[in-house]
Formats: sequence, structure tokens, C-alpha cells
Amino acid sequence: MRALRSMGPILAVLAVLLVLIALVNPFFLEPAGFLAFLKRAAPLVILAAGQYFVIVSGEFDLSVGSLVTVQVVVAARLIDGQEEATWPVLALLIVIGLLVGLANGVITTGLRVPSFITTLGMMLVLSGAVFLWTGGAPRGALSETFRMFGRRDLGPVPWSVLVLLAAGTAAILLMRSDFGKRLIATGDNERAAGLSGVRVDRTRIAAFVVSGLAAAVAGILLGGFAGVSAQVGQGLEFQAITAVVLGGVALGGGRGSVVAAMAGAFTLEALFTLLNLYGISGALEFAVQGVIIIAAVAASSVRLPFRRALRV
Amino acid sequence: MTGRSRPAAATGTAAPDAPAPREGGKGRALAGRIGSTQVIYLALAGVMLVGWVLVALDGGDFLTLETIVGIQQRSAALGIVAVGQTLAILVGSLDLSVAYLISLTSLVAAEIMAGQDGGIVPGVAAVLAVSALIGLVNGLVITRLHVHAFIATLGTALIVKGIVDHLYDGPAGSVPDSFQRLGYDRIGPVPVSALLWAAVALAVWFLLRRTRLGYRIYAVGGDEEVARLSGVRTGRIVVAAHILCSVCAGVAGLLLASRLGAGAPTVGTDGGYDLESIAAVVLGGTALAGGRGGVAGTVGGVLLLAVLDSVFNQLEVNAFFKDVVRGVVIVAAVAVYARRGARRRSR
Amino acid sequence: MILRMRGIAKSFLGIRVLSGVDLDVAAGEVHAVVGENGAGKSTLMKILAGVHAPDEGSVEIDGTEVSFAHPVEAQRAGVAIIYQEFNLLPERSVAENVFLGREPVRRWLVDREAMETATARLLQELGETSFTPRDLVRHLSIAQQQVVEIVKALSQDARIIVMDEPTAALAEHEVELLYRLVARLRERGIAVLYISHRLREVFDLSNRVTVLKDGALVRTADTAEITSDELVRLMVGRDLGTYFPDRGARPGEVRLSVRGGGNAVLDGIDLELREREILGVAGLQGSGRTELAKALFGAEPFTRGTMSPLRPTSVRQAVAAGIGLVTEDRKAEGLALRQSVRDNALLVSRSVRGAGNGGRAGGSGVLELLEAVRLHPPRPEQEVRYLSGGNQQKVVLAKWMTVAPKVLIFDEPTRGVDVGAKAAIHDLMRGLAEDGMAIMMISSELPELIGMSDRVVVMREGRIAGALPAGASEEAVMRLAAGEVTS
Repeated sequence: MRALRSMGPILAVLAVLLVLIALVNPFFLEPAGFLAFLKRAAPLVILAAGQYFVIVSGEFDLSVGSLVTVQVVVAARLIDGQEEATWPVLALLIVIGLLVGLANGVITTGLRVPSFITTLGMMLVLSGAVFLWTGGAPRGALSETFRMFGRRDLGPVPWSVLVLLAAGTAAILLMRSDFGKRLIATGDNERAAGLSGVRVDRTRIAAFVVSGLAAAVAGILLGGFAGVSAQVGQGLEFQAITAVVLGGVALGGGRGSVVAAMAGAFTLEALFTLLNLYGISGALEFAVQGVIIIAAVAASSVRLPFRRALRV
Repeated sequence: MTGRSRPAAATGTAAPDAPAPREGGKGRALAGRIGSTQVIYLALAGVMLVGWVLVALDGGDFLTLETIVGIQQRSAALGIVAVGQTLAILVGSLDLSVAYLISLTSLVAAEIMAGQDGGIVPGVAAVLAVSALIGLVNGLVITRLHVHAFIATLGTALIVKGIVDHLYDGPAGSVPDSFQRLGYDRIGPVPVSALLWAAVALAVWFLLRRTRLGYRIYAVGGDEEVARLSGVRTGRIVVAAHILCSVCAGVAGLLLASRLGAGAPTVGTDGGYDLESIAAVVLGGTALAGGRGGVAGTVGGVLLLAVLDSVFNQLEVNAFFKDVVRGVVIVAAVAVYARRGARRRSR
Repeated sequence: MILRMRGIAKSFLGIRVLSGVDLDVAAGEVHAVVGENGAGKSTLMKILAGVHAPDEGSVEIDGTEVSFAHPVEAQRAGVAIIYQEFNLLPERSVAENVFLGREPVRRWLVDREAMETATARLLQELGETSFTPRDLVRHLSIAQQQVVEIVKALSQDARIIVMDEPTAALAEHEVELLYRLVARLRERGIAVLYISHRLREVFDLSNRVTVLKDGALVRTADTAEITSDELVRLMVGRDLGTYFPDRGARPGEVRLSVRGGGNAVLDGIDLELREREILGVAGLQGSGRTELAKALFGAEPFTRGTMSPLRPTSVRQAVAAGIGLVTEDRKAEGLALRQSVRDNALLVSRSVRGAGNGGRAGGSGVLELLEAVRLHPPRPEQEVRYLSGGNQQKVVLAKWMTVAPKVLIFDEPTRGVDVGAKAAIHDLMRGLAEDGMAIMMISSELPELIGMSDRVVVMREGRIAGALPAGASEEAVMRLAAGEVTS
């Protein structure tokens, strides 16, 4: 398939990284080891999938990091250790994600504010608002049921992997649907889409809503996996955008697949794992990430002129 | 981010055979120049008024010398960075690496000065060199590797962050007392740091208004194709803008080092200088797409944010509430500018 | 002669656009260049302006042969070209625009005074008093902006100024002002190359006129010694070598009608589209044809008048009511170039509920569809940007056929399309009409317009100037389109 062919480079890189990891740490090849990797990668992969929807329509969503933090902090405060509160709170978190996405979308399309600014502003509002509410530091505690998603297993398979599979499948199906086709057409050529009857504004708003939803799910997983802190979502928006770009999705929209974006996220996570195994951790991770992101984007913009236009 | 667009035209001229009156043309020009810059200063005046009222109601006194000096102090570092960011945005680009660059340069300064007066000159020189270099890298990655400014400067930011966080855990180096005066001294009521900011702002303002480079920055930001067709070397202009932007960030790093007495790896991010500087520029009416706006507006934007800050401090408002208000103000301002822009275009 | 162009030939992607064209212009002469759309006028001028390099031939300026690698070189050699879409920076002042890239410097600083003084002087020499060098370009009207372009050219010491359709966007009284400007340029000894469709201007302004047709030079004549009828004949007369599908059965009911339709650009539009009928719409550039199409399609809606079955205020409304539009510029408005043939073909049916029509959305449906539009070989997964112009246009057609509209509007259906695909598209259009569709076709290619249409309507300056029956002559169409002519 055309999409798979264009994913060649990122899959190759991913494969190489996975092999290198296995060489350094053979435990990786065992189901438990590999599943642990997937568990760690799940939140970023889901975030990248959500960010993909926004980027392929030609926009940015810088608010997902703060949104994740908000999710975790709100959950802790509301649940406060009580098991019974888990499910209602989970529902609320989803709603928050949807609403934030909706707000981002409406402000960007309705007020014609560049999405960069809208989601930047939203980032400030979210981080301000949540700490306003909690009085400066996260309070309360999550419940075991909540943590289950990020931390525990269902049988041999971690919950987060199941969630990842569900989310990934949903994303793929969504992009294959009429909506997905409309979305990518909008990112490719907004005018042509509008003149073909696409509701351009609504389609973009929906993309932001999906991104918000993805942030909610990622937040739920991260809360269980990493615990409650004020920094849980820090920098995630940049990581998500990096992952999407790594997967060959162009900033500006119209090109690339959600599978590629998720592959990009796996690759980034694999890179982090590998760096950790080599003892390069913490700070230098960022430096390497910086180099990679520039190199990946530069490479993809260089490749294009070599594609000769075949006149059929 | 810039694109080709037909210059929007005002509606047709006067009656046949009568050339439109000269004053009419001039009047229209004035109306256009009561543009975004005036808007931000009106907003600033408005905020100051509201702030004064609120503080008075709360029992305090807003416009004391203390507060004004405090505002000047607070805004100096951000102001310097924002002036540099103005250049990047005017040319149609942007710079997300300034915050980490500030941290880096504060450390470079403090380490080289090492508490010695004799280290001041080498320290400053090193800072300027390092900042210029990073600005050059940013510019080249954007123009030669054809990487979007967001990604390019994000990448640079991460690389610098990586290096800084790897080498340092906390404050390091030390700044000699004589240099610290930069951060703390006053000449009369005016802090030296505010003078520094004013000097930088004036210099950049001058550059934009009176030099070829300034003119061409506006041209490239306004319509790159048009500029290119007129023989302007657009790549070089973008690189120059980025170098200057980074140098401003470096100067801000020097200022912060002089205040702290040392360099620190978090000084840039703690202040949120990357996004705050973009916010100040955008608040001041410079279009994110480039080609329109200037230093005057940015100064207004910085002052507005500083006044907001000050008002909140006086009212002892929760720091987080400040963030919320800031976020709303930024989005609202851009929405207003977007409306005005659209209305202008459809005339 | 200040300019001599000899034997200029140019091809783009294998399509010959200019062949063996000669052109001479003397200092102080106003030389008109006329021809239909696609005759090669723009390309010839772009070669002169250094935008393209000729495949064959030579250009001599003031006796010296020149060859330009970049438009700036042409500027330095004294050639200035004023495009229809001006090359101006809206947020900068007049003086700043005029001196863009050549800002005068005094002691390292831009000499603002010198810039403004020089600009003011030129404005005065041109008799322009309605604006000053300090005004921002975005505050100026189109006519005023045009003056800025001319000032820019003059300040570059241009000796040859090319104007591409200068009056296309001007109001009547503004055209008079332009005449005065051209006169002043002539007084200064500047050679003016004036590309225009508007014959009145050709006869009012020019000393000589060159007629291009299908990329070749037809004739260069003294304007005083030629009549407008002769000119028109030279522009469009051709052998009837082209074949068009037979006209069809009698037209049926009215599918769409407009009475008194108008908006900012159009006025007094009365129109009827009948099933089984192809209505041709002719007119010069700027006459409002595309705007008419977009108004009918709800993209730039009518604000006055009535329309039945409905007056759409949005594209979705129009599509739901059974109206479709194959736009003028398929790359900018018709296709999502990076998406597949299949995804482009299904875009409308995936976007407007109730617009889709039975069974075509499935896998085999697409192949059938591609067969129907004669896209060979049918590769539904291929990215549309790799297709030739003709095949791209077929994909656009397929997109609309998927939803089987009652009314389908074509804006320049075969622009940039090779001969083979042209014929296929013509056959398809006639086939659709025969199957009951009401078709409106805008075309600048007179043979196509006259060959395909059952009826022709001619637009001029936003109104319908007249209607002609099938088989009308090209001259008749041109006369209606160009308006009154003093000869």
C-alpha cells in the first residue's frame, strides 16, 4: 500500500533501534521485557496519534502537555483515594479533554487566531487554572482502580497496552472513515476541500477534539504509571510533535498517516530507552532529541525534489 | 508562514475627472498608522487605570515610585528578549530557543567572569559570541535545510537544554560585584537595567527604521516572493534576524546573571522567556505572519504584562490566576488583531 | 529600435508555447500585443522580463544582445514589467516599495529623505496628486497601486515598460488616468509594451500592434492602418480543423434559472440552464465569468435577485441541490494533490450527505468511474499530483460524476490539457448533457466555446452583454466581449 511504502524510512529506523536495544539488553526480547517497553511508550503513542489529527489538518496543538497535567492533578484531587469515585472521575476527565479540544478548535476557526497562539494561551490557562484550584501543589491521591490502567496487567497483558491497541485501532479506523478523508483533504488543500462541500471549520474543530481526548487518555495512563506530580505533562506537546514529524507527517498538513505518527512515537521512545541503556540519560536525551528532530525534518524536506513527476 | 497575497485596495477613488484630494490620502495614511501600536498603548493605559482603581479599592497605592521601579526592573529582561523576538517574528520566523539560550549565557558569563573584574569583558564577549553562533545555527537550519522555524528552534532549544542540564545541576560561576551593579543600581529613580533595555530597544528600533537591513526584514516578512523578485537575498536577511534575536537573548542572560550573582540552568525557563516573549510581541500588534509591527508595540506588550504582574502582586492575587488571565489576554488580543486585519482586507 | 526580439521560441513540458516570434519596439512607442488567452503574450513578456529563458531566439536591448538569468538582471538592463497581480508590499509605504532592494544610503543609514523626494518628484512628473510617498500601499486603490508600480519602474530608469492587462481591474474613470500616464511615459521616450484584450485601448493608445495566435506571430501593423474588424479576424480566424462532438437533442426543462442576479461584481444576471443543453459563457478576462460560476455554486453568492430551484448561500447548499462546479484552477481549487485518485474522486460524496448517488462509493465503483472518464490505466491509489493535466481534470470530473448533479458548471475545462484528453473531456461533457444534465461551460478558447455550445452568452464587466445562437462566429463573440470599438 502507498502508505506503508512511505513509512519505509521510519520503520527501518525503528527496527534498527529495537535490534540495538535487544543487543544491549536481551531481556527486551522476552514478552515481559517488550511489554514493559510498550507500557512505557503507550501514553506518548496515544498523544502522538491525537496530535497527528491536528497536524494533518494544518495546525498545532501546544496545549496537550498542560492538559495531561491537568487530568492527573484533577483526578488526584477528586478521587482522593476513594475507589468509588474512580469511574465518575474517569468520565469527567474524558469530558474535560473533549471540552478543551472543542475550545481550542472553536477559537482557532471562529476567531481566526493562529492555532499556535490559541493552544499556547490554552496551555497557560490550563496550568494556571489547575494550580489555582489546588492551591499550588497537587493534592489528594489516585485510587487503585485508576492506577490499574497505567500500571497493572490484565492477565499477561498490561492494561495500557490494551488501551493503546484500542486507541490505535480507533485512530486508524477514524482516519479511514469519511471524516478522516475529509480531514486530510482539508490539510492538503483547504480551498479545494471547501469547494467540494467539506465543512472545513467543523472538521478542524473535530481534530482538536480528538487531540484533547487523546490527552485525556494519555493522562489517565500516565497518572497510573508515573504518579501524581506537577511536572507529569511537561514537554509532552513538544515530544508529541516531534514524534509526528519523525513519522514523516509534514507540518502544514495534508500528508502522512496516523500509523506513521505512532511509529514515530515508538521510535522516539525506543531512542530514549536505548540512550538510557547506554547510560546517556536525563539531560543529554534532550540534546539528542533536538538533533534528531532537526535531522528528521531536514531529511524529509530534502527527499521530495528527487521524486520525479511521472507524467501518466 | 508568509504567503503571497494581493495588496488589499481601498475602495475606488472620488468622482470622475477629480483627482482625490491630497489630504484625503494623507488622512487615510494617518488612520492606518493609528494601528496596532496605538492599540496596545491604549490597552496599557486602560490596564493601568483599572489596576489603579482595583488597588485603591483594596486599600493600596498603585502608582508609587516603588511599583514603577519594580515594573521597570521586572520588565527589563523580558523586554530585551522580546525586542529580539520581534525581529524574528517580523521576518516571518520565530525563535523558541531563547529561554535555554538565556540560561546558557548566564552560565557562560558567570563562569568566565569567575568573580573577577577582569573577567567582565571576556565574559560579555563570550556571551555575545555564543549567542550569535546559536542564532546563526538557527538561521542556517531554517534557510538552508528548509526546516520550519518551529522545529528548527525547538531542536536548538533541546540541544542547548541538554548541554546545560547535563553540565550543571544548579547555580554556578560567580559574577563580580561591579557587574552586579548592572542588575541593581539606579540612576535617580531609573534602574540601570531599564536603561539597558531602553538602549537595546532603541537600537533595534533604529535598525528597523533607518537601516537597509531593517527595511529588508519588513520586506521579507511581508512577502518573501516580492522581496526576492526585487533582488533581496532573503536567506541572508532571515539569518541576520535570527542572529540579532539570539544576541538579545544573550544580553538578557547577562542581565539575569548580574542580578543573581551567578549563572543558573533554569533561569531562562523559570521566567518562561520563550513563550512570554512571543506573547509580548504578539500583544504589541506584530503579526505572527511577519511584515507588520515593530519594537514600539513590543515595548507596550512587555509593559502591559509587567503592569498586570504588578497589579496582581499588589492585590496579592494567586500566581496561578495570573497565568490564566495572561493566557486569555494573549488569545483575546490576537483575536482582536485578526478581526481588524480581516476587516481591513475586505474594505 | 530600443528592443528587438527575434525568433523567440519556448516550450513547457513538451508543449510549444511560442514559435519564431519577432517583435520590435522603438523608444517612445506604445506597442500593443494582442491575442486570445493562451496565444503566448504572457510568456513572451516574461521572457523579456527575465523570468523565463527562451529556448531559441535572441533579445537585443539598445543594440546589445542580452540574456537574463534572474528578473533583477532585466531590471538593471532597463526592463520593467507590471503584472496584473502587483509585486507590492501592502504594509510598507509607497517610497519604501519603490526603492525595495535599492534603498539609497547615506552614511550607512537609509536616506529616507532622498527616497521620498525622488518618489515625490516622479509622482509629480506623472501628474499624480492623489497620494504621497508616505502613504501605505494597502490604503491605495488598485489604480493608485498601479501608479506605484509605474513609479517603481521609472525609478529604476526603465526604458522598456511592459504592462500586462493594466485596465482589467480599473473603473472607467481610472482608465482615463492610465491613458494620461501612458502619454507621459511616451513623452519620456520610454517604450511601452501594452498587453490587452480591450480593443478600444489598443486603438486609443498604441502606435503599432502585434497579433499573436497559437504561439506564433500573425502580423505587426501600424494601428492607424488597421481596422478593429481586421484585428479581430487576425486574432481568432483559423481553419476549422478541430473536431467537436455533434450537438445533441433538443434541450429539456429548465433546471436552473436566475433573474436579476447580482453581487459586488455581477449585476443584472438573467440566465437559464436547461437539461441536455450546453450553455457556453464567453468574455474577456475580468468580465465576471468565474464570479458568475461561483455565484451559481454558492461559493461567492448572489446578494440580489432570485434563483430557482434555490439561491445557494453556501457550497454545501448548492451541492445538496444538485449543482456542481469544475473550477478554473484544478491545482489550487479542484484537487488535493497529495491524495489518491480514489480519495479525490470520492471527496464530494464523502462530504455532503444526500449528494452521493447509488453504489459508486465502493471499490469496484471507483474503477467503473475511472473507466467512464477514460482514465487509462486506472490506478485509484496513485497520488493525483503525478497525473498529467488532462488526467487530473478527468479526476475532477469523476468527483462530480460520483454525485450525479443536475447542473454542472465547467470553468475552462480544458485549460492546460493535451489534445487527446481535450477530445475525451469534450465527449464526456456531451455525453453527460445527453444523459440529462444541464451544463454551463466557461471557455476562453473560442473554437471550443463555439464548437461545444448549444447557446452562447457573452459577459462584459460583470453583466451579460448578449446572447448568440449555436454556430455563431468567433468575430461575433469577440465583438460582444470587447465592447464598442472606435476604428
